[in-house]
Amino acid sequence: MDKPFAITLDPGSSLANHTGSWRTERPVYVDRLPPCNNQCPAGEDIQGWLFHAESGNYEKAWQHLTKDNPFPAIMGRVCYHSCESVCNRAKIDSAVGINSVERFLGDEAIKRQWKFSQAATDTGKHVLIVGAGPSGMSAAYHLRRFGHRVTVYDAGPFMGGMMRFGIPKYRLPRDILDAEMQRVVDLGVEVKLNSKVDNILETMKSGKFDAAFLAVGAHIGKRAFIPAGAVSKIIDAVSVLRSMENEEKPMLGRRVVVYGGGNTAIDVARTAKRMGAEPIIVYRRNREKAPAHDFEIEEAMQEGVMIKWLSTIKEAGDANITIEKMELDDTGFPQPTGEFETLEADSVVLALGQDVDLGLLDDVPGLVVTDGVVTVDSNMMTGHAGIFAGGDMVPADRNITIAVGHGKKAARNIDAWLLGTSYVAPPKHEVANFESLNTWYYADAPKTVRPTLDIIRRQSTFEEVQGGLDENNALFEARRCLSCGNCFECDNCYGVCPDNAVIKLGPGNRFKFNLDYCKGCGICVAECPCGAITMEPENI
Amino acid sequence: MPLQPVKFYQTGTFTVGNRLLAPEERSVQANMERTNSLNSGHRACQGCGEALGARYAIDAAMTATKGQLVAVNATGCLEVFSTPYPETSWQIPWIHSLFGNTAAVATGIAAAIKVKHAKGQGKDVRVVAQGGDGGTTDIGFGCLSGMFERNDDVLYICYDNGGYMNTGVQRSSATPPAARTATTMPLGPEPGNPFGQGKFMPALAMAHEIPYVATATVADLRDLEYKVKKAMSFRGARYIQIHVPCPLGWGAASKDTILLSRLAKESGTFPVFEAEYGELTSSSKIRRLVPVEEYLKPQKRFAHLFGKTPAVETIARLQALADRNIRRYKLLDKEAN
Amino acid sequence: MLKQIEGSHAVAEAVALCRPEVICAYPISPQTHIVEGVGEMVKSGELTDCEYLNVESEFAAMSVAIGSSAAGARTYTATASQGLLFMVEAVFNASGLGLPIVMTVANRAIGAPINIWNDHSDSLSQRDCGWIQLFAETNQEALDLHIQAFKLAEEVSLPVMVCMDGFILTHAYERVDMPTQEQVDSYLPSYEPRQVLDPADPVSIGAMVGPEAFMEVRYLAHAKQMQALELIPQLAEEFKEVFGRESGGLIRKYFTDDSETIVVAMGSVLGTIKDVADEMRSTGEKIGVLGITSYRPFPIDAVRAALRNSKRVVVLEKSLAVGLGGILASDVRKSLRKLPIDVFTVIAGLGGRAITKKSLHEMFQKVITEEVESVTFLDLDWGVIDRQLERERQTRRSGPAAENMLRDIGTVASKIA
Repeated sequence: MDKPFAITLDPGSSLANHTGSWRTERPVYVDRLPPCNNQCPAGEDIQGWLFHAESGNYEKAWQHLTKDNPFPAIMGRVCYHSCESVCNRAKIDSAVGINSVERFLGDEAIKRQWKFSQAATDTGKHVLIVGAGPSGMSAAYHLRRFGHRVTVYDAGPFMGGMMRFGIPKYRLPRDILDAEMQRVVDLGVEVKLNSKVDNILETMKSGKFDAAFLAVGAHIGKRAFIPAGAVSKIIDAVSVLRSMENEEKPMLGRRVVVYGGGNTAIDVARTAKRMGAEPIIVYRRNREKAPAHDFEIEEAMQEGVMIKWLSTIKEAGDANITIEKMELDDTGFPQPTGEFETLEADSVVLALGQDVDLGLLDDVPGLVVTDGVVTVDSNMMTGHAGIFAGGDMVPADRNITIAVGHGKKAARNIDAWLLGTSYVAPPKHEVANFESLNTWYYADAPKTVRPTLDIIRRQSTFEEVQGGLDENNALFEARRCLSCGNCFECDNCYGVCPDNAVIKLGPGNRFKFNLDYCKGCGICVAECPCGAITMEPENI
Repeated sequence: MPLQPVKFYQTGTFTVGNRLLAPEERSVQANMERTNSLNSGHRACQGCGEALGARYAIDAAMTATKGQLVAVNATGCLEVFSTPYPETSWQIPWIHSLFGNTAAVATGIAAAIKVKHAKGQGKDVRVVAQGGDGGTTDIGFGCLSGMFERNDDVLYICYDNGGYMNTGVQRSSATPPAARTATTMPLGPEPGNPFGQGKFMPALAMAHEIPYVATATVADLRDLEYKVKKAMSFRGARYIQIHVPCPLGWGAASKDTILLSRLAKESGTFPVFEAEYGELTSSSKIRRLVPVEEYLKPQKRFAHLFGKTPAVETIARLQALADRNIRRYKLLDKEAN
Repeated sequence: MLKQIEGSHAVAEAVALCRPEVICAYPISPQTHIVEGVGEMVKSGELTDCEYLNVESEFAAMSVAIGSSAAGARTYTATASQGLLFMVEAVFNASGLGLPIVMTVANRAIGAPINIWNDHSDSLSQRDCGWIQLFAETNQEALDLHIQAFKLAEEVSLPVMVCMDGFILTHAYERVDMPTQEQVDSYLPSYEPRQVLDPADPVSIGAMVGPEAFMEVRYLAHAKQMQALELIPQLAEEFKEVFGRESGGLIRKYFTDDSETIVVAMGSVLGTIKDVADEMRSTGEKIGVLGITSYRPFPIDAVRAALRNSKRVVVLEKSLAVGLGGILASDVRKSLRKLPIDVFTVIAGLGGRAITKKSLHEMFQKVITEEVESVTFLDLDWGVIDRQLERERQTRRSGPAAENMLRDIGTVASKIA
């Protein structure tokens, strides 16, 4: 074409005009820490594995999840999912059912017999782990993956720790537990059952272990002084739950009084119910103050468990107990009122807390015990070099997820210590709070509710109370995730730039800003649904 | 909206792209092969809604016509910032003639193409005409009406930012009441643009009973693309008006461009709908109704309505206009809210 | 083929022979018969492969033409007077963009006061817009010039206005020789645009050009018209070869070589002037006539050559530069730079006033004896003028001038109470 001068122009000539020079601030892609990740005691990259689950890549999702936590099927049943309490989605409609999806992935893995990826090459180091509970087995898993040789000693006849001997079957079916424990063993971890460690230093020396991780848990039920007759049947909750694993079930009688307000008390009461008893929980404070999770209390009450709030046991007779009514003072502390009541009782089960069996720690120089638990530093190491500890036996809140988290943390530190260095956790990114999101882009999608077993069956069998999600529901639920602070390639920035200054790098590769043309208007930042872009001042 | 919403993904249909959707179900803008009809290097202000709307619309039209498209542009911001000699940001055949004749020039091109195609000398190329609200509602009205009446095969797209922005933010017949512009300053007994009769071009287009009329905003890309593509499936005169915020003229932050379009729709101030042959066929429902104040507050051109003594009556009148749109164009699923 | 048809129709048929692809039209007297003529031919199927559009204003008409031409179609339209003015923005746009549109201007006076009769004020008001302007002397030339116009426009990439006197030529029934399709096809090839809107080769037409390049662009437009000065005679030559007659060209000389007095004029009035010249020559007067066919580009060199040996030049024009005098005369004077030749301007025929042989005889005599002012008005009724001026002098609010004078003249309506 013989184009007239200046009047007619060839396409694309505007690319010579680098409008990027107009900017006073520039957009930068960032990765912010999703609150769920931030909250998870096991340090799971929740947003990361949900991302894979959303596209139906369940195996990839499971692999990603188990990089941090080897027990999703268990977690999906027993974790208290504090991640959901901080989930930003709750401010839109309701939190994402992270726990449900985790369970789905764990169950899928078991169903399809997915395996962990194998360990790195052998380091030649040998680590001792005392306790095959959640903390110990988690540490075993991670250490084995680092390439170390791992041997786990457990005093009991089965693996699992509190998962086996504390949590009732209706919450955690034993075949699930077995499957996830076995998977760790399949990695090449040696587990010696019925092998109690009496003296840690001796065992380390004789086994030529290079380091040790102690995770013996807190299996001794606390007792309170209750004046009782000779034949009064008073037992502790931990023993009761442990004995549920035996062939012979404990004899509790018909009217079982459970003393305490924590999750253990609830577990025992509901267990008793299933054995045909009429349990009644006696707790010195009210429902609000009770340490048990409220949903557990709710489920217990639905099943017909009676609860006597604001009551303490004064004394136990042959076939009854005397309880005193309490009231809360200004500080929330229960005070006796002087009013008494008699309750029929065939047995009293004390659920007043648990203590650690510290026998194996005698004569360990440097090791400090305070208030019945072992002091550890920020690297999970005790006062004695090379001996690490975690789980219920160290000062921390006590639940399975925390224990699993300790196991991972300890494993990393042990690994570093074995190499002669120390583990430095990478600095955390800024948390992706709700204000950084643009929630307009998330479609209305209320949470899927997991199916619950109906009451009659709950009362009489140990079948799992809470069912899982099927694939459709799980997929839907995973897709409710807002992907806080992490780009999920929604193409918004690529689409909303008036200057076509965002370069799409292809699926999986995210985006790049074309700084030759970006004018710094900030629309990309405003319209990024998950807050993964921020503006920074330009260097002028 | 009349399209089938995509289910089961956290962002539904609202984001530009969606990695879980089949590629053919994604938007044109999500595609790495999109035309980028209006490419980088143009001189629009930061955050210009018109630049964005133009690329959205023309890329969609290019996809719908498989690249057989010619664009005509009125004088105005879009033309000036896109073709200052020696630079042009247009990747497609494009012509700019005058301010008020865009529709007529488009008619001419369509006629030429028709003749050539019938003679076997050219392909079935489609024509898009585009202009701002000034060039469409005011000075371009005569030619536009003529094009409608003859039912020429042209899609006319009006980028509505409520004023003559290119010449320094003067008032047009599309400027909303009470808005400050350089010729309707917030002074005297009736500050800002007076409350007139209004001149809502889409309604006027409907009155011409042309095959397809629609409105859209830059906040809802999918809807906009759908409408442009649908328009290209008709032959004859078609009209689309796109709400495009102007950060400079409206006194808004450059990052708020899409937010403002969203609020314009969600408050009822700008009704989003479709009509065929003069009858309303669908409306894009308001998802989360907001009072007009929310739309007005981020814009300095309405700042004089707020402050120590808010102009309560004026705001109420603006609210009444929005309510009338809601009623007239059936913007809510249920009347109550 | 010889036909006795109305001038408008001759033009319509000639345009049709040029295989136009898009015609857009808005009616205005005295152009209406032209566009109606083409319209009928399209509708009947006589003119095929042509889109005929009825537009809603002249501004739209020129705009449609711009679009159509830019898309590569041979485009035609027609207008006059008020219509031309209404489309002026687009007229400049068309030449600025270099689009080879051909437009007939059926010359008509411009209001106020509204007047539908012939003079040259309309096209001359647009003399600097960049269009080539050709003036036809006869109906034959009018139809011939259209054929040449398409070729010229497409060759040089500029739009061309073919000017023909409204009513005098457009509505007169004269004998014309209508060419055949074969003849026109052999003279006028199909349109090959210099720039075109084509998805296969996208360009942006109509960029904004600032001070750094605008002067060059405008010079180039000027240069194109300079090129046309060469091309126009060439095309006229080629025309003669194909069609067998003289038509078009830059100027037409009538006994100018040995004349002392030369009358310069454009359009149909040349016929009357030549008759008067013949009569005066038969009495021994050395008087000749120079017809200007190409008004833009103005053929300075050709005009200078034709006039240089005369003693005096009379420019008789149907146009008035208000506040100055003659329009054509000014251009003619430019051609006679540094030559000692007196140029007399005679403003005549404004608003369609008849130019009679008698008046011309008298005027030319006065010119020869140099009894006239530099600028004179032919056949002006000084009584009416003087009385109006007096009215205006006496009373501030003397009322609308035109109406006053009509009343003064004693037109029928003014006699009704």
